[in-house]
Amino acid sequence: MEILIPTINLESIYPEILITVFAILVLLLQVFTSLPGRKQLGYISLTGIVLASIIVLTQGGAFGENTALPIYSFSNLWVVDNFSRFFKLIILIGTGLTVLISIKYLKDEGIDHGEYYSLILFTTIGMMIMAGGSDLITIFLGIELMSISLYVLTGYTRKRLLSNESSLKYFLLGSFATCFLLYGISLLYGATGTTNLKGISGFISDANFGSPVLIIGMVLLLIGFGFKVASVPFHMWTPDVYEGAPAPITAFMSASPKAAAFAAFLRVFIEALPSLQGVWVDIIWVLAAMTMTAGNVIALVQDNVKRMLAYSSIAHAGYILVAFISTDKSGIASILYYMLAYTFMNIGAFAIVIIIGGKGEEKVHVKDYTGLGYRYPLTAAAMTLFLLSLTGIPPTAGFMGKLYLFSAAIKSGYVGLVTIAVLNSVISLYYYLKIIVAMYLKEPELDVAHDSLVFSPAMVIALIIAVCGVLLVGIFPSPYIAMAQQSYISF
Amino acid sequence: MNYQNLPILSIVTFFPLIGIFIIFFIRKDNYRLIQRIAFITAVIDFILSVPLYFSFDSSQWKMQFIENIPWIEQFGIYYSMGIDGISLPLVLLTTFLSVIAILSTWTAVTEKVKGYMISLLFLETGMIGVFCALDFILFYIFWEVMLVPMYFIIGIWGGPRRLYAAIKFFLYTMFGSSLMLVAILVLYFINHAQTGVYSFSIPQFFGMNLSMNLQFWLFLAFFIAFGIKVPIFPFHTWLPDAHVEAPTAGSVILAGVLLKMGTYGFLRISLPMLPQASMNFIPFISVLGIIGVIYGAMVSLAQDDIKKLVAYSSVSHLGLCMLGMFAMNTAGIQGSILQMVNHGLSTGALFLMVGIIYEQRHTRLISEYGGLWKVIPVFTIIFLLVAFSSMGVPGLNGFVSEILILIGAFKRNIWFGAIVTVGLILDTVYLLWMFQRVVLGEITKDENRHLKDMNKRELLCLLPIILFIVWIGVYPRPFLNKMQVSVEHLIEQVKFNNTITEGEKREAHFSYGNFNTDD
Repeated sequence: MEILIPTINLESIYPEILITVFAILVLLLQVFTSLPGRKQLGYISLTGIVLASIIVLTQGGAFGENTALPIYSFSNLWVVDNFSRFFKLIILIGTGLTVLISIKYLKDEGIDHGEYYSLILFTTIGMMIMAGGSDLITIFLGIELMSISLYVLTGYTRKRLLSNESSLKYFLLGSFATCFLLYGISLLYGATGTTNLKGISGFISDANFGSPVLIIGMVLLLIGFGFKVASVPFHMWTPDVYEGAPAPITAFMSASPKAAAFAAFLRVFIEALPSLQGVWVDIIWVLAAMTMTAGNVIALVQDNVKRMLAYSSIAHAGYILVAFISTDKSGIASILYYMLAYTFMNIGAFAIVIIIGGKGEEKVHVKDYTGLGYRYPLTAAAMTLFLLSLTGIPPTAGFMGKLYLFSAAIKSGYVGLVTIAVLNSVISLYYYLKIIVAMYLKEPELDVAHDSLVFSPAMVIALIIAVCGVLLVGIFPSPYIAMAQQSYISF
Repeated sequence: MNYQNLPILSIVTFFPLIGIFIIFFIRKDNYRLIQRIAFITAVIDFILSVPLYFSFDSSQWKMQFIENIPWIEQFGIYYSMGIDGISLPLVLLTTFLSVIAILSTWTAVTEKVKGYMISLLFLETGMIGVFCALDFILFYIFWEVMLVPMYFIIGIWGGPRRLYAAIKFFLYTMFGSSLMLVAILVLYFINHAQTGVYSFSIPQFFGMNLSMNLQFWLFLAFFIAFGIKVPIFPFHTWLPDAHVEAPTAGSVILAGVLLKMGTYGFLRISLPMLPQASMNFIPFISVLGIIGVIYGAMVSLAQDDIKKLVAYSSVSHLGLCMLGMFAMNTAGIQGSILQMVNHGLSTGALFLMVGIIYEQRHTRLISEYGGLWKVIPVFTIIFLLVAFSSMGVPGLNGFVSEILILIGAFKRNIWFGAIVTVGLILDTVYLLWMFQRVVLGEITKDENRHLKDMNKRELLCLLPIILFIVWIGVYPRPFLNKMQVSVEHLIEQVKFNNTITEGEKREAHFSYGNFNTDD
């Protein structure tokens, strides 16, 4: 038997290689304590992220209708197309912002080790693999790399009980969900004889195949991905993990890994299983409605801001699922656009949670925000902007994002689901307003001594980027919409 | 005309932002300066808007002063502004009342003045934007954006129950507008299916070919959105709360302009886009309007808080406004638009008057006053004039719009007219009774003996309003003339769509949809 050596196209994984190099470099710099740059590991990681973003941007030419893409490589295990590039950019933006908001937090908590950044970078590689994998095996590899790094990161403040608890919970439930995913993959393989996404879709349509094995495999995959994007009823882990994890990691988890999970989710279901659309569309319809409603309703009664934002992130996954079922291609574009908007507004909101939280994350309750509008007007204004954007009030990125998501769904005729979604936005207004009420409408209690907040330069930069992102993507959305629209061409 | 080449509507809309920008750099304890700059900004904005009136060509119904710039081309969203005879009076009312509102807060609000003035100016931009926007998304953005400053105005500078009132206001309006967004998107895709063009341009949707069933649902969605804002009878409960808790300037703007956004929405969107449904909804909305008139008046009768009384009188007046609009004839709709302006003037003035005595006595209870005519005669005279205007005494503005609406209502259905005429008597009763208890009689409370009469600034606030109250009452022609053609065209649109067949419809309205190319 002749052994074929697959064509290796290293160029197509340059960004991933670069991040890997930086991840190992950061680790080594930490180990060899005398090396220069030991104190600046955060900024070194950031350099890697920025360089990787530049490579992603230039890979295969600028965004646009270029014929060079998609490039398949490694025996069709890997693909570089606009879809994966867009998601990688979102992931890298999320990671970059996370690094910026982590720097001071780590010093305050006394856990300023290189491993932290290294793990974040490994998570990033995992996520990028999820976005670029065109084979169930590659995607699974990415998911595992991402998840395992995240399990460690959630428990990173190892002296805090909550953090340990959340890490263990995440690990147990996460592994459980991974089993579903693997089982689903193996059933799909059993039914179609391939793990390649295009291969699966080709097989199903060739054979006009509707075997129960295939359906079960698909449902199991749906459960696995449902867990990763935290959709109801697979969301149980989210609040506890989000609450217990170090705040920058919570910010990170609610943005980048969610984007990566949606990237893989979309690619698998739209590229490999379009023939089963009739089945999964109905399931996701129900999931979307439940996810939005449960997320928002439970968020109403939360007093802990971190937990509230955890439920809000569940609700946002629900909004995204609304566009998921839109069989129209604008559905995919709208999800891409929304993830971009969501990354800015959500990490921005969490950045302020970190600032207010202070040492040991003790001030994470709504009452800790009382009077912030008068003591720190700019910070409060930024928080207000993020919260209004999360609600979907114009002229913010969140509004344009929702407009896009919902219009894609209406285009495909899901008026009922969109009505549920907009009513959910009204519910969400209430709990987002709770924070705004505390910041502006309640008088600060005079007898409580307020510690003054500390703003590190990195944090300020992160906030400025987030604010600009929310406003730019919201007020001048054309270029980003154009990019998102270019991204579904490969399908 | 030279003036036509300037993006005058954008200038008027966004000019307050310049004021905000300047105020942003002033130290917050220098509040006199902040107030002055806000005032000057509002005055300049008003002066900028006045030429709109004079260069508006009232002989045609087409949108004028049009601006049309691609904004988000992928979706066919344009930055598109323009006004016709329906929006013109409302734009002017907004710029006018903003000046008054800012001037009225000179001494009423002395805390956190910076944020207050920024909110008021921001609000002005949002409100003018709503009346000028000709693109659905732009309209929606302005509509939503102005919620935020209004929320803060009620919530930060409001009365004791301000939290409740502010949140209720925000949630109610957001509920309505979220349904409106769904309706807008549905219209958008139907329009695309019919014409192949992705467009959010409002005139594009006029005279669309929609099935009766669809029109019903869309109308319902818009009805809830606008009905909450107006507020039409069962949706009105947020209004008294918001009014009572809001500071004076907030109440003036709320009553004067914000509520008009709802009625404007009906005129600009519901009627011309969903004509058959509008015709079918006539009895329903007319009845709700009449209930509003009578219910508002009855509840007003029972109030001891003057501000609450005025708030409920708004429900009553706007019920009348809806009745006139859905009479679907020239007199009714003209009366309805004029009523919007009149209500803005007279209710705004009433809130200002209440604010003046409240500032001194810190109470708004009618039972706390009495016999004020002896102490503050100038106040008494102006108060009487304003109350007369509000109840529709001939010779003042309220009479003109009420009589037009009544004519319209009688033409539509004699019973509507008859019942509402009886209802209007109640309007007179509660206002006169309130006037009698507050101003006439003997002085019952010693605290009232030392009330100060209106000062120059307060007179400066009210005299311009009085001027218009009398002017519109005596000689309403210049105001009615400007809207005549637009209103007639609107009625034609509604009637037209109810009589002709589907095919002719699109063709006949095509020129309207293409307004940006032939102008």
